Amino acid sequence: MAEGDYSAGKNTYREGNRFYASLVGLSNVAGRTIYVVALRGCYMPVPGDIAIGKVIDLRLGGWIMDINAPYAAILPTSEAFGRMFNSRKDEMTDFLDVGDLVVAKVVAFDRTRDPVLTIRESGLGKISEGHIVKINPTKIPRVIGRRGSMIGLLQKETGCHITIGQNGLILVSGKNPEDEAAAIRAIHTIEQEAHTTGLTDKIAQLLKEKKVIEH
Amino acid sequence: MPLVNDLGLRLDGRKYDELRPIKIEVGTLEKADGSAYIEWGKNRILVAVYGPREVHPRHLALPDKSLFRCRYHMAPFSTEERKNPAPSRREVELSKVIREAVEPAIFTELFPRTGIDVFIEVLQSDGGTRCAGITATSLALADAGVPLRDLVVACAAGKASGQIVMDLSDIEDQKGEADVPVAISPRTGEVTLLQMDGILSGEEYERALNLAIQGCKMVHELQKEALRTKYSVAQAEEEELEKAEEEEATQK
Amino acid sequence: MTASYGVAMSIKRKRIDELLVQEKRLDGRGLLDYRMIKAEHGLIGKANGSALVSIGNTKVMVGVKIETGTPFPDTPNEGVLAVNAELVPLASPSFEPGPPNEDSIELARVVDRGIRESKALDTAKLCILPGKKAFIVFVDIYVLDHDGNLFDTSALAAILALSTAKMKQFEVSNGEVVFKEDWVSLPVRKHPIEVTMAKIGDRLVVDPSLEEESAVDAEVILAIDDEGNVCATQKTKIGTLTVKDIVDSVKIAQTKADELRAKVLGGLSQ
Repeated sequence: MAEGDYSAGKNTYREGNRFYASLVGLSNVAGRTIYVVALRGCYMPVPGDIAIGKVIDLRLGGWIMDINAPYAAILPTSEAFGRMFNSRKDEMTDFLDVGDLVVAKVVAFDRTRDPVLTIRESGLGKISEGHIVKINPTKIPRVIGRRGSMIGLLQKETGCHITIGQNGLILVSGKNPEDEAAAIRAIHTIEQEAHTTGLTDKIAQLLKEKKVIEH
Repeated sequence: MPLVNDLGLRLDGRKYDELRPIKIEVGTLEKADGSAYIEWGKNRILVAVYGPREVHPRHLALPDKSLFRCRYHMAPFSTEERKNPAPSRREVELSKVIREAVEPAIFTELFPRTGIDVFIEVLQSDGGTRCAGITATSLALADAGVPLRDLVVACAAGKASGQIVMDLSDIEDQKGEADVPVAISPRTGEVTLLQMDGILSGEEYERALNLAIQGCKMVHELQKEALRTKYSVAQAEEEELEKAEEEEATQK
Repeated sequence: MTASYGVAMSIKRKRIDELLVQEKRLDGRGLLDYRMIKAEHGLIGKANGSALVSIGNTKVMVGVKIETGTPFPDTPNEGVLAVNAELVPLASPSFEPGPPNEDSIELARVVDRGIRESKALDTAKLCILPGKKAFIVFVDIYVLDHDGNLFDTSALAAILALSTAKMKQFEVSNGEVVFKEDWVSLPVRKHPIEVTMAKIGDRLVVDPSLEEESAVDAEVILAIDDEGNVCATQKTKIGTLTVKDIVDSVKIAQTKADELRAKVLGGLSQ
């Protein structure tokens, strides 16, 4: 990929003075750091990420969550209730049971332990309605758009509330199923055509057209 | 019947240093995290990658890296005579050598306590299935976004009718004097798979080894081409996209 | 005791590397020295042939049993060679009981390859009735103590057992085998020897012990026949080898094979 006085950024590695990409992606240079934007890949949790997860198991101490990552995550009861409580299984299931979905935030993840989640901040918590769309996590930045331009457009044109999980899961919640369907279609289009130009305009057009047809 | 005639041409018309026709496709399967399909001579091989993902059974997980597993399997209808679907000893051995050939290129240390699984299904076999399997496996791993040091590639050479030849066909493998499958990491030229059966003098062995490596490099060009074909649109328009995004953002 | 044998000691690796720079190994051997080799044959009276070979502390016993059966469809005029290996649990804390795993299958197939490809056994002489009946020569490798380098030890024991095996002289009349009284040797015409070369860092060593195996990056096992030809190869482990490593290994293996053959099989009257 390059040779010289750089430092190895994301998805690259260095041998001697030469830099190689370790993934299929788009190479970039920012200052003196070379990095590759992946076109494919699994979601690796980063503390601070918003992640939408599904409860898959219950343990004493917390819920085990599927967050679309190679590692199952833990939502400790302390991070849900915010207090020490007598963790009897039936109390836990009253709050969250297997199959329930949450919008959570990753608080910890490193080589030695599985990711830890919290739902204690505002905007986080159990999901009670709406639709979940799952896309390739590497395409999430495109759904957000530069400075939120794309997600802003989607919410404005469809009237839906959209919560984006860095882990590739997106919650779409609208006033009616048609609006939700329009938003979901738009999201899938963004995923398919993430690499093309003029995408924001194209999506805007798509959404306006749908409205005309329906009314 | 000689496998190589007086003009140095083989039964299928190839010269000693020519490959059989090869066609590769990346991302063939929907559900797998990564996949690739290869046609090499009459070989038809499909490879799927799942992972990195949780290891089952859990106690097999490794504390410092991902557990890389490989299953080479032949479909019952892949050979002349129907093959029993149960894993044969040959399939077990090939699963092991293929795993050992590809693993050096994977950054397994980036995903401790997870597993990466490769499934190689030989739909039709025509000699050289392990080489085709390894070649497609590297692409399936790249397609899955698994970080790699290199694309491991494989090709065999051997001896047929007294001549050292590249890429043995099925009949040359069966009736020839020796078969030497080799896999390399093209960037360094180092060997990750080396097997041999037959009889070769030390000098012939070295010639066959070098010819196989030459074949590997030729196949590597096809690997890169297959990836480019799949992801080419993205490559060409990245700069335009960045500019367009900036414009859009400033306008709003 | 916890199963920690899979995890190598980091300080051991350091020690091995330091010694290698001085062309020495943990047990004082030179890079191209084999450990002490002992070989005996004919210990199991009930088998047609048997051998017990030890290289250092690694001990492998091979038994040869000859039975009658049907030849393979693609070689109707030939007898059958069937090699099997068992890594019995008593041989190492890391061997578990159960069906053959990939290590025992690989061991059997690589030893088989050396014998088969070198045409050591003249299987044409073991045909009874073309397409219908032939002798099956079972070579069963039984690893008794694992201290590294199972391939060389097993291959030596196998060729020794085959070379010293005896069967009743036979003739075919009316499509049936008729056994005579005399014992004759099996038609063994070649004596392939397997040599394992291990790469540690950038050095090649011969006959890695179990201790050394934890530091080995890559290995190549070469089967060499009586004329110095290579008849089988297997690279194992997840490291890499350069072309120079391989070419050098072949030359070393050719020399070592001659030495081992002379030492273990030289005294036999054949």
